[in-house]
Amino acid sequence: MTEMAGKTVLLIEDEPNIIEAIGFILSRDGWTVHTHSNGQTAIEAVETRAPDLIVLDVMLPGRSGYDILKDLRADAATAKLPVLMLTARGQMKDREMALEYGANRFMTKPFSNAEVLEAVRELAAL
Amino acid sequence: MSGSLNFLAAVSVGYVALLFVVAFLAERAALSGRARWLRSPLIYTLSLSVYCTAWTFYGAVGFAARSGLEYLTIYIGPTLVMVGWWWALRRMVRVARAQRITSVADLISSRFGKSNTLAVMITLMAVAGTTPYIALQLQSVTLSFGAFATADPSVVASDIGSNNATAFWVALALALFTVLFGTRNLDVNERHHGVVMAIALEAVVKLFALLAVGIFVVWGLAGGIGEMVARIEASEISTWQVVPSRWTGLIFLSAAAFLTLPRMFQVLVVEIEDERYLRFASWAFPLYLLLMSLFVVPIAVMGLELLPAGTNPDLYVLSLPLVNGQTSLATLSFLGGFSSATSMVIVASIALSTMVSNHIVMPIWLRLNGVGAVVSGDVRYVVLLSRRFSILGVLLLGYVYYRVSGGGAALAAIGLVSFAGVAQFLPALLGGLFWRGATRSGALAGLSVGFLLWIWCMFLPSFGPDAVISAQVLAEGPWGISILRPQALFGMGGLDPVVHAVFWSVGLNALAFVAASLLSFPSPLERLQGAQIVDVFAHTSSGQRWRGGVAQSEDLMIMAQRILGPAEAQALFSTVAKEQGSEEFLPEPTPDFLNRLERELSGSVGAATAHAMVGQIVGGTAVSVDDLIAVADEAAQIMEYSSQLEAKSEEQERTARKLSVANEKLTQLSVQKDAFLSQISHELRTPMTSIRAFSEILRDEGGISSEEQSKMSAIIHSESVRLTRLLDDLLDLAVLENGQVNMHIESGSLVAVLDHAAAAAGRPDKLRILRNRESEIVPLSTDLDRLSQVFINLISNAQKYCDADAPELRIEVRKTRTMLQVDFIDNGSGIPREAQTLVFEKFSRLEGQKESGAGLGLAICREVVGRIGGTITYLPGQGGAAFRVSLPIAVTQA
Repeated sequence: MTEMAGKTVLLIEDEPNIIEAIGFILSRDGWTVHTHSNGQTAIEAVETRAPDLIVLDVMLPGRSGYDILKDLRADAATAKLPVLMLTARGQMKDREMALEYGANRFMTKPFSNAEVLEAVRELAAL
Repeated sequence: MSGSLNFLAAVSVGYVALLFVVAFLAERAALSGRARWLRSPLIYTLSLSVYCTAWTFYGAVGFAARSGLEYLTIYIGPTLVMVGWWWALRRMVRVARAQRITSVADLISSRFGKSNTLAVMITLMAVAGTTPYIALQLQSVTLSFGAFATADPSVVASDIGSNNATAFWVALALALFTVLFGTRNLDVNERHHGVVMAIALEAVVKLFALLAVGIFVVWGLAGGIGEMVARIEASEISTWQVVPSRWTGLIFLSAAAFLTLPRMFQVLVVEIEDERYLRFASWAFPLYLLLMSLFVVPIAVMGLELLPAGTNPDLYVLSLPLVNGQTSLATLSFLGGFSSATSMVIVASIALSTMVSNHIVMPIWLRLNGVGAVVSGDVRYVVLLSRRFSILGVLLLGYVYYRVSGGGAALAAIGLVSFAGVAQFLPALLGGLFWRGATRSGALAGLSVGFLLWIWCMFLPSFGPDAVISAQVLAEGPWGISILRPQALFGMGGLDPVVHAVFWSVGLNALAFVAASLLSFPSPLERLQGAQIVDVFAHTSSGQRWRGGVAQSEDLMIMAQRILGPAEAQALFSTVAKEQGSEEFLPEPTPDFLNRLERELSGSVGAATAHAMVGQIVGGTAVSVDDLIAVADEAAQIMEYSSQLEAKSEEQERTARKLSVANEKLTQLSVQKDAFLSQISHELRTPMTSIRAFSEILRDEGGISSEEQSKMSAIIHSESVRLTRLLDDLLDLAVLENGQVNMHIESGSLVAVLDHAAAAAGRPDKLRILRNRESEIVPLSTDLDRLSQVFINLISNAQKYCDADAPELRIEVRKTRTMLQVDFIDNGSGIPREAQTLVFEKFSRLEGQKESGAGLGLAICREVVGRIGGTITYLPGQGGAAFRVSLPIAVTQA
């Protein structure tokens, strides 16, 4: 777990229990976890936290995850920032949209903890 | 006025006051929804005791003293009906329920094509038959007062002229009581909880009083049972002969009257809450009658033996304790008689006023005001007013009759005249219930013949020779025509006058009814009503598939002709008949034929209407006949109109427009369906995510503190609960939207439903609920569980989303002429304008809410309230979030 020490992840998600769960898993793995739950102010949070990786939910209050992703990719500073997208809407077109907007990985809720950890580690190694 | 009379007056006033209190408390309990115990088989059975009037209480003893055991016939008739004819009663109750019948006149007129002529006729007959009976009750009260006042048992009716004031005050008090509790609510179909409760109390009082006097007589005066039997053996009563013709006649008469007396119909049929009560009453009421008749003979024997000759035997029940110095027993006995009289007068005047108001006053009022068939809220007040005046009118009539007649005849004689009068309804009533061939003309003919014969043979002679009919006419017939002699019609002399009158009036009545029915043809409405009523058990049971009997083909034919036109309908029917290999013109109503007919009809009137129409005749659906006839007439008019138009191009254009609208709607539906599925997916997956993640942590990770462990288990638990609730809501909504839901209509009160909802929502610490319970005392008749579900949703929404520091929810109830409004207003920051219309959509949740919810609650509320017939809306500009549930005023008529 030591190889992740010091790396930060920003978790943009609005469901408190899911924040709690993902936060717990990632912290145990050595990540510093910041959380944010409002879509409208998510971009500013990315700027202030400057994370190594983002876990981004699609359905957020204020603004959708897709729009946030689009903005991130449009900004040179964050264009390459690894983003793992999570969604509870399991339709095919959701996956297509996420990849089209430039998500590095896309996962459907519910996920297994191991899957998430593996994906986050993989993305951090990019 | 003597002291004892003052005392008695005080007792009477006190007793009537007690009735007021009992009726008032019962009404209040009914309003607040605690009416369950008020309506039990026992109360129902006790209320049937209005059959036992002062005539039974005082008169049975008189009857026994004059004619031996014959008084028993009056009890045997109803017993036979309750025990052997309960199935006829059940049918009557079922029909009355299905057709919303309010009186015997209503039932008969409904059966025969809603004929108002019939209704008016029956109403007039009922008033004519009952007025002497009410007079009789007033007389009995006055007589008993008189007996007490002078303490002289030989009081006779003519001596009590000075007691007219008594009768007047009694009539007035009873009118007041009846107006208060008989027409208390605006709903004219309302059952009278208060009155029934008071009647039940009176039933107990009179039984208790009669038993007490009986016990006093047997053990106190006669000296025990053995001694009593010996005295009976020795008395002249034991020598009375049973006259078979009189027994048969009287048993028949009392059985018929039991079914047709307006007051009996009121308690038996109108006031019944549940048709299963009949089963209990079928043995309990005969038992009551048995107890009432138990001591009649002993009292009569001891009266004859101990009291001076010339004492009025109708007052033995009172005189025996009185002359033996038993003042308190005599007072109790007086109360028994008083309650017998009052209960009869109250129920009879309610029943009669319903008829007079519905069939005479209201039709005239509607005609004068040109309101036609439109019934608006105002009419209710008019109905109520007319009922109240009718009650006063009926009682006034009774009082006037009492004054004019001078109370001459013996109690039992007046009672029998009354019985025979209402027994004239029997052929039309039973024929209407059991014979599809009965027609309106038959009913009119039968009733007219029966009524005229009753007047001639019984009513007019009852005043005595030379009173109305001269002795000469009685003896020789009018103008010397001997076959028209009132008491020896068609040369049939030598019979007892009562038996003679009943035989001819009811016999010829039935004969005329059957003959005229066979000779006349029913109108379509009569046919429909006939089918509805005669086959009431088939119609009111559930069953989706069409099934029919041969008789229905005719009804179907008549219906089809109205819709399709005669030529086309006849062609269709004969084609099908041929296909079925039938020689006859009318086909068997097989399911195939019915479905085909339905399709043909739906071409003209639309599928739903066609289904309803076929269902109306064959059974299974609930559309009122009036609606149906209106639809049929409308369709005929539309057809004629459209055939006059060159409708083709217009028709095509319309079809195209309809198609494009339908197409648009389908596309929209498909988009909505996708969005809906996506939403459901999201709502299901979100809690599952937390559950899966934490259960994996608990399973895989070590070194978690027990504190953290229990926190995680708590999350798993609460998310599971959320998931379950979501599924429940989804299923609930699906059922509601598909309209597959059955509403369980119950009576209750708003305050109870709100109490229940507030308790079920829980968390009183989180939200203060401000209510004005006084304003919530509104009776309800609707699906209370569903309504409560709506209120729970609204309250728990306020708990979750009200963001004030000290959250408060005000519940305000308002009643307008057409609506009952229940407002839920919290003191939070409310819902933004743009979201106000969206909140009722599925899965619509407001931005930035802390509390979780699937967003189905208000959607469910909207569906439920819609089912009940109301609306739920957001009330803008109230400060906090405010919702208004508006229910049609009809649900407040418990």
